[in-house]
Amino acid sequence: MIFFWAFVVGGLICVIGQIMFDVFKLTPAHTLSAFVVIGALLDGFGLYEPFIDFAGAGATIPITSFGNSLVHGAMAEAEKHGLVGVISGMFEVTSAGISAAIIFGMIGAILFKPKG
Amino acid sequence: MSNNQKKQLTPVQQEYQDLEKQKETKRPVVKNCIKAFFTGGIICLIGQAIQLFYIYYFDFTDQTAGNPTVGTMIFISMLLTGFGVYDRIAQFGGAGSAVPVTGFGNAVISACIEHRTEGFVLGVGGNMFKLAGSVILFGTFSAFVIATIKTILIQWGGL
Amino acid sequence: MLTGHRTWVFDQKPVIVSTGTVGGPFEANGALAEDFDLLHSDLWLGQDSYEKAHKVLLEEASQKAIEKAGLQKEQIQFFLGGDLINQITPTSFACRTLGTPYLGLFGACSTSMEGLALGAYLVNTKGANYLLTGASSHNTAVEKQFRYPTEYGGQKPPTAQWTVTGAGVALLSDAGDGPCVTSATIGRVIDMGMTDPFNMGGAMAPAAVDTIEAHLTERNLKPSYYDLIVTGDLGQIGRAVSLDLFKKHGTPIREEQYQDCGLMIYRESQPVLSGASGPGCSATVVYGHLLNRMKKGEFKRILVVATGALLSPLSFQQSETIPCIAHAVSIEYGGE
Repeated sequence: MIFFWAFVVGGLICVIGQIMFDVFKLTPAHTLSAFVVIGALLDGFGLYEPFIDFAGAGATIPITSFGNSLVHGAMAEAEKHGLVGVISGMFEVTSAGISAAIIFGMIGAILFKPKG
Repeated sequence: MSNNQKKQLTPVQQEYQDLEKQKETKRPVVKNCIKAFFTGGIICLIGQAIQLFYIYYFDFTDQTAGNPTVGTMIFISMLLTGFGVYDRIAQFGGAGSAVPVTGFGNAVISACIEHRTEGFVLGVGGNMFKLAGSVILFGTFSAFVIATIKTILIQWGGL
Repeated sequence: MLTGHRTWVFDQKPVIVSTGTVGGPFEANGALAEDFDLLHSDLWLGQDSYEKAHKVLLEEASQKAIEKAGLQKEQIQFFLGGDLINQITPTSFACRTLGTPYLGLFGACSTSMEGLALGAYLVNTKGANYLLTGASSHNTAVEKQFRYPTEYGGQKPPTAQWTVTGAGVALLSDAGDGPCVTSATIGRVIDMGMTDPFNMGGAMAPAAVDTIEAHLTERNLKPSYYDLIVTGDLGQIGRAVSLDLFKKHGTPIREEQYQDCGLMIYRESQPVLSGASGPGCSATVVYGHLLNRMKKGEFKRILVVATGALLSPLSFQQSETIPCIAHAVSIEYGGE
């Protein structure tokens, strides 16, 4: 069942993105930035975690989950250390995605040539 | 952004643009949305499978499996980008391949591969966040604002 | 020689003595592969960057043109040319190899005719005996600079165009046998407030129409004087819109006589969306395919109108609109 919802929810989030591309003529950079902010907002209202419970990878794979992780990490630290925790906590949870992109980017540059 | 110009068009320009709009090939929005739905859905499905794999075969829980899953997805996107396949998937899937984290990975990795010709320091290092930088910037900053507001509200009002 | 406000009539009839055209793998699979002097099977041309490969395209095209004329490169007085890359470095570096006195030009995709117009003027006024003029582009070097890294998954809309990987060069002289350059009309910068960098054809059409109509008026000619009026790279949308504009203005240009290089160079089956583009597009199609057809007697008089969009990645980010320009040059062969 989780597979079904992962597929449908993930697909629907992408459809929203496609509408932003084709109807609102936004660039990928604008669209993805908007999605990350939306993810952050949803977690601010405590709505993203239940969303993940329901849709599984359909909620964790789209870029919206970056925004969610950043707020989550910030809030977790803030609980312990107050406002200072907001800054120190942010990248504790999200580092996987960004680190992976950086590391594999470097490996990619070493191994591959662009194909055109 | 092509819809963001608040510039005033002269009557001649407006007349031309109305004429041009009639001849402009319209983007096939519905077809693109359907393709985006399936592409994005399949990528999430693969992500779900990978996540379960990490939970059952390694010691990850529902909460902690997210990290290695994302890492694996980005590794896959490195291979697809490096072998020149990701851009073809994207021409078909549009937002279906751009919105998942694999799209983020592709943005960083493609910039790295492309700018290797300018060297690792200035080329790869200086250009790798050309596309993805705005995502990191806005994600981090909005999280900062939201978390700060929420923390303050909690401390004052007991949310 | 100056006729009207911005048209030159070349009474000495400078001759295109020879040409050189070089293309890449996509062009090798295209509809006009037979008309290229040299075709490459990959985009790197044995170089270690796209920009260096781009320079090699132009070097080879220039050398071909010189060879076919039976001349030595030391006999060439000037080289006029340009490309799309920042500071037109591929063209400058190619001229470093050639060693010819160099006049770098920037007209985006209209550079080929800008060069031919100026070159013909120089030869006509006895400012040169032999000169080379040309333009070139390289698909992935241009994508890297103007759009996204080539492996990036950015979906292109149907109005987008495909940049040609190719270089076209012509050798002009005051004597000899070959098609002659008979007149040229210089374009003005026209901006209709278009903003979408993925729809160049729609932005450039008004510039093409403006220059064509000025040319016909200033030379006092009817469109039927020309067997062919061919634009550089308006693509499907630009061509359709310009035909509409001609109708609106009452300029009697027939659909069959009005063609576009961007629609000729590739086959239907190649995924080029709305057509080909790039300075190399008009240069390779005109200096290869079209002049070959002229020499076979198919056309006696053609008007080539190369069109260019004068934007940069920065101007787009600053929410600027897209100003465009078109230069027209008439070429005749085979007597009146």
